[in-house]
Amino acid sequence: MSDWRFRLAERRGTLIALALFLALFALYASKHPAGFTANVVQTAANKGALLAFVAMAQTFVVLTAGIDLSAGMIFTFTNCLGSYIVAGSTPTALLGCAGVLAAGLACGALNGLIVIYGRLQPIVATVASGSIFYGLALWLRPQPGNSDNFNSDIADFMTGRVFGVVPMSLVALFAVVLAIWIPFRRSTTGRAVYAVGSSEMAAYMSGLPIRRAKFWAYTLAGLFASIGGLYLSFITYSGEANFANGGTYTLFSIAAVVLGGVSLFGGVGSAIGAIFGALAFRTIGDLLFVFDLDPLYQPLFQGVVLLLAVCTGAAQLFRIRNRLDLFQ
Amino acid sequence: MSETAGGGGVAVRRVPLLRHIDPAVATAFACIVVLLLIGSLYSREFLSPGYLLQQLKVASFLGVIATGMMIVILLGQIDLSVPWAVAMGGMMACAATAHGQIGVIGAIPFGLLCGVALGLLNGFGVAYLRIPSMIITLAVNAVAQGLMVVHTGGFSPQDSASAAMRFIATGEVAFGIPHSLIVWAIIGAGTVFLLNRTSYGRAVYAIGNRERAAFLSGVDTQRAVMIAFAISGGLSAFGGILLAGYASKAAQAMGDAYLLPAIAAVVLGGTSILGGRGSYIGTVAGVILITLLQSILSVMQIPESGRQVIYGAVILLMMLLYGRGRRAEG
Repeated sequence: MSDWRFRLAERRGTLIALALFLALFALYASKHPAGFTANVVQTAANKGALLAFVAMAQTFVVLTAGIDLSAGMIFTFTNCLGSYIVAGSTPTALLGCAGVLAAGLACGALNGLIVIYGRLQPIVATVASGSIFYGLALWLRPQPGNSDNFNSDIADFMTGRVFGVVPMSLVALFAVVLAIWIPFRRSTTGRAVYAVGSSEMAAYMSGLPIRRAKFWAYTLAGLFASIGGLYLSFITYSGEANFANGGTYTLFSIAAVVLGGVSLFGGVGSAIGAIFGALAFRTIGDLLFVFDLDPLYQPLFQGVVLLLAVCTGAAQLFRIRNRLDLFQ
Repeated sequence: MSETAGGGGVAVRRVPLLRHIDPAVATAFACIVVLLLIGSLYSREFLSPGYLLQQLKVASFLGVIATGMMIVILLGQIDLSVPWAVAMGGMMACAATAHGQIGVIGAIPFGLLCGVALGLLNGFGVAYLRIPSMIITLAVNAVAQGLMVVHTGGFSPQDSASAAMRFIATGEVAFGIPHSLIVWAIIGAGTVFLLNRTSYGRAVYAIGNRERAAFLSGVDTQRAVMIAFAISGGLSAFGGILLAGYASKAAQAMGDAYLLPAIAAVVLGGTSILGGRGSYIGTVAGVILITLLQSILSVMQIPESGRQVIYGAVILLMMLLYGRGRRAEG
C-alpha cells in the first residue's frame, strides 16, 4: 500500500469537509439547550439532508466544469408536484414518489439536451430553464398548500428515526450514495464526467463519451434535486412555489459544494464531500441560534461564510510561478 | 506611419453600422417587428405612440442595468449580483433621503456609490483573486442581501424616494418623452463612446478575446476588469434608484426580476457570451425585445405561472436560434 499518499490527496477535500462538519456540529450540540439528543440530531439531519441532496445534484454538473443555476427551481417544482401526487394509499403514494423523481429526471435531461445539443453556456441555459421550472411550480401551487389526502405515513417514516436513534434522512442519504453515487463514480460514464471536467479537449482526444457524460451529469442533477424536493414535501406535508427559496437553495448548493472540496473548475471532488459541505454549511447557519444572536443576521452571516469559502480558491495564486499563467 | 494609417482604416471600416450589419442584431430587430405585429393583433392600442413610449419608459430601467451587464459579458465574465445590487441602490438612496437636506441631495450619489463599492468587491475577486465571476458575484449578491435584510429588518423599507429620484424616473419632457428614456440615452451614448472611441473600450474587447494577449500588449487587464465590474455595479444600483423613483419606494426583492432579462437582453442582442464580440445597438434591440415580450404576455392576460414558462422558453428558443457557441468548441 505504497500509494496511500495519493489516495489521501485525492480525498483531501472530502476529509477536510468531514472534519469541519464534525467540529462545527460538536460545538452546536454542546451549546444546544437540549444537548446532544436524538431529537436534536433528527431535526438537524432533516434540514441538512434537504441541502445535501441539492448539493449532490450541483456536484454532478460542477464536476463537468458546468454549473446548474436551475437546481433550486427543480427542487421547488418537484416539491410542489410532490405535495399533489404523494397521496392516497401507500402503493399510490409510492407511485407518486416515483413520479416526482421521474419529473426531476426529465428536468435534468432537458438541461442536458439544451447544453449539449443547443451548445448554450450552462449558466445561461440553466437560468432560462430555471424560469420554466419556476413557472411550472407556480402553476401547480399558486398559493402554498397541500393535498387533502397527503400520505403522511410515508412522510413520517422517511423523516423519522430508525430503531429510535438513527435519523431516517441520514439513512436515505447513505442509501443514495451506495445505490447511485458509487456505481456512477466507477462506471465509464462517471469517469468520463471527471475527464470532461479536467480537460474536455483531452477527453475528446481519448475517445471518451463526452456527450453521454454531460447528459447523465445534468440528468442525475435533476434526479437529486427532485429527491430534495420530495424530502421537502415529506417534511412540510405541503408545497410552495417560493422564488426566493429556490434561489437560496441554488446558492447554498454552490456554497456546500465549495466547502465540500469540489473544484468549481471541474474534475475534482466527490458528492460525499458535498454532503459534508452541506451539513457543515447548515450547522454554520444554526450556530447563530444557539449563540442567541439575532436571526436577522443569519443571511448576512451565511453570505460572508460563502464569500470567504469561495475566496479560499485564491490560495492557488501562491502556486503560480509565471504571471502569464494567471490568464488562461 | 503607413502602418498607423492602415490600422486606422480597419477601425474606421468597422464603425459604420450600416455597412456591417451583424446578423444577430438584424434578427433581434426583426423579432421586435414580429412582436409588434403579434401585439397589434391583440389590441389596437399596441401601436399607438403613447403605448410605445410607455414601453420605452419601462425598457429604460432594464436598459440601464443591461448596459453594465453588457460590459462585463464583453470581458467574457458575468455579473450575477444584479438582483441585490439593484435593491441596494434603491434602498440606500431611499435611506439617505431620510437624513435631512444633505441626504436628499446626496440620495442618488450615495445609492450609486454603494453599487460601485459592491462592483469593486466583485471586480477585485475576479481580477486579482482569480475567482470565477459567476461564483464570486453570487457570493457578493448573498452578502448584499444579508446587509439589506439587516438594514431593513426583513420588511419593506419605509423611507420614500427623493424628489430628484421621482423626477428622473417618472417625469416627461415635451411630447410625452419620459425622462428615464433620456437618462438611458445619455448612458447609452456614453457607453458607445467608451467602447468604440477610448483605449479602455478597446481593452475590454481585447480582454474578452484573449486576456493573455491583451496583457502582453501592455494592457493592465486586471485593473480594466475591476473597473468593468464597478461600472456594472454602479449601473445596476442606478437602475434600482430609477425603479425606486418610479414606485416612490424601494422593496425587498425588487431586483430579482432583472437578472434573467438583463443577461437575455445582452445575449439576444448578439453579444457573445464568451466575450469579445458585440455592439451596444444590439443590446438596445435586446432590451426592447425583452420588454415587448413581457408586455405582450401581460396583455394576453396569461397568469404569472404561464408567463414564466413562456418567457423562459422563448428566451431559450431565441438563444438557440442565434446565441450559440461555435461548433468547433470541444
